[in-house]
This record gives sequence, C-alpha cells and structure tokens, in this order.
Amino acid sequence: MDIQLKRGVLEICILTILNHNDSYGYQIIKDAQPYINISESTLYPILKRLESNGSLTVYSVEHNSRLRKYYKITPIGQEKINTFLDDWKEIMLVYNFIDEEMKEVKHD
Amino acid sequence: MTKIEFLSHLENKLNSLPENEIKKTIDFYSEIIDDRIEDGLNEDDAVAALGNLNELVNTTLLDAPLTTLMKAKIKPKKRLKAWEIVLIILGFPLWFPLLIGFFAVILGVYVSIWAIIISLYVTVASFILGGIASVFILFFSQSFPAGLFAFGCSLCLIGLGALLFFPVKKLSIWLIQITGLFLRWIKSLFINKEVL
Repeated sequence: MDIQLKRGVLEICILTILNHNDSYGYQIIKDAQPYINISESTLYPILKRLESNGSLTVYSVEHNSRLRKYYKITPIGQEKINTFLDDWKEIMLVYNFIDEEMKEVKHD
Repeated sequence: MTKIEFLSHLENKLNSLPENEIKKTIDFYSEIIDDRIEDGLNEDDAVAALGNLNELVNTTLLDAPLTTLMKAKIKPKKRLKAWEIVLIILGFPLWFPLLIGFFAVILGVYVSIWAIIISLYVTVASFILGGIASVFILFFSQSFPAGLFAFGCSLCLIGLGALLFFPVKKLSIWLIQITGLFLRWIKSLFINKEVL
C-alpha cells in the first residue's frame, strides 16, 4: 500500500480502537493485528502526532508496580473518524464503478 | 540483547533529540517490552520483536520536526557561563544574519526547484498555444505555399508540445521527490553521523 495512504488509514484504525475503550501501546497493536499490521516503530510516531493535534489524550495507570500509558480519544479524534467514513463513502462509489467496469471489460 | 542494553543503546542514539522527547520514547518502548514479557515472551525475544534498532532510531529522528532537531543541537548541554552569554549577545550581528542566511538558502532551493517545474510546463504550453495561434495565420496568408508552410509549422509546434508533455510530467514528479530528499538531508545535518 502507498505509504501516505497507509499512514492515514492507520491513524483512523488506532482512533477506532480507542473509540471502543481506552487502551495502551501493546494492546493497540494486538487489537489491530487481524486487520492491519502495525509495528511499534510506526505506532509511536502516529500516537505522538495524534496527541499533538488533539485527537487523543494520555494518562498513566499503575500496573504491576510500573506505569502504563493509556490513550483516550477526544471529540476531535471522533470527528476524524466520521470525516474518514464520509470521505470513503465517496471513494467506495468510485471504487465500485471501477471494479464493475473492469469486470465487464474482462467478460467482453 | 537485554531490555536495559536495548534501551541504553536507544538513548545514546537519540541524543540529537531534546531530553523530554528521549525520555518519552524510552518509556514507550520500555512499556512495550514489559507488556510482551508479561504476555509470555522471554526478555530476548521481547526485545528482538521490536526489530532493527537503527531503523527504529531513523524513523523516530526523521519524524521529528526540523526545528526540534535544531533546538536540541543548539541548546547547550550545560548552563551557560556569564562570558558565553555576553559573547552570544555581542555576536548577534554575526550569527543572526547567518541564521537568516541558512533559512534563505533552504527557501532558495525550494523556490528554484518550483521555478524549474513551472518553466517546464510554461514551455510545453507555449509550444501548443503557439501552434494553435499559427493556424490563424492560414487565414491571412497571401499565397497557397505560404499558408501551407504556416500550417506545417503549427502542426510541428503542437506535436512538439504534446511530445514534451510526458517527459516534463515525469521530470517534475522527480523534482518534487528531490525536494523531499533535500529536506531529509537538511534534517540529517542535525542528527549525529554515527546514527545514520
């Protein structure tokens, strides 16, 4: 997949996981696993970017006598998911058109 | 590699970042390693699962904004002595223009690359427009051979323009990629050499 496109999709994917409930780094990677592969080194910059543009907030929780950082989605983050869904509705229309058209060409 | 080894290597290699940024990064990876160990992996495997250390450092550093990298480089490691502060103030007429010059050079490279792209497209457009315009000469030509000549010229110009369009498009995409590489290169100036 195109890098820029993948980065954008990953952002929304992470936000969607957080929309379900607050989560931490390793859990986010595991939750995303069935759909898309995120490595730790890609996750970190994305979380940082999402935090700096106000899409999520961070808080620490003690777990087994160490601190774990939890990420919580903000209304700005939820708005991002909705924009994504709206945008992709349009893109899917075009996708279906292209898909159908190419199938017809093959059958001819 | 043990967790402690991994994290201390990471810390060393990130030293062109500001301190709080380094701490945040270390905390993040430390937490992931702990979580993996809790999940049943042994320490070696948990560290190995993070992948290549240098690649990780590279993505982290190149992701940091240019100004952050510059600030970390310029910020002194220890407190400034009084005479150093005096020197910085007195040196203002010297270093300030140099700083402006530095950014002006970056801006200059960007502007000139875009100027090349624009001029290439303008060239293509002028060929095609010139070709179309010379079709109208046909209507004003005095004799048949002169009209035919003008028509031939216009076809040549349009053809040349159409032919040039695709290489120009390729070339401009390539030039835009160069601007990206250029920014990465500028950033790499502020990242310690042994890391890259």
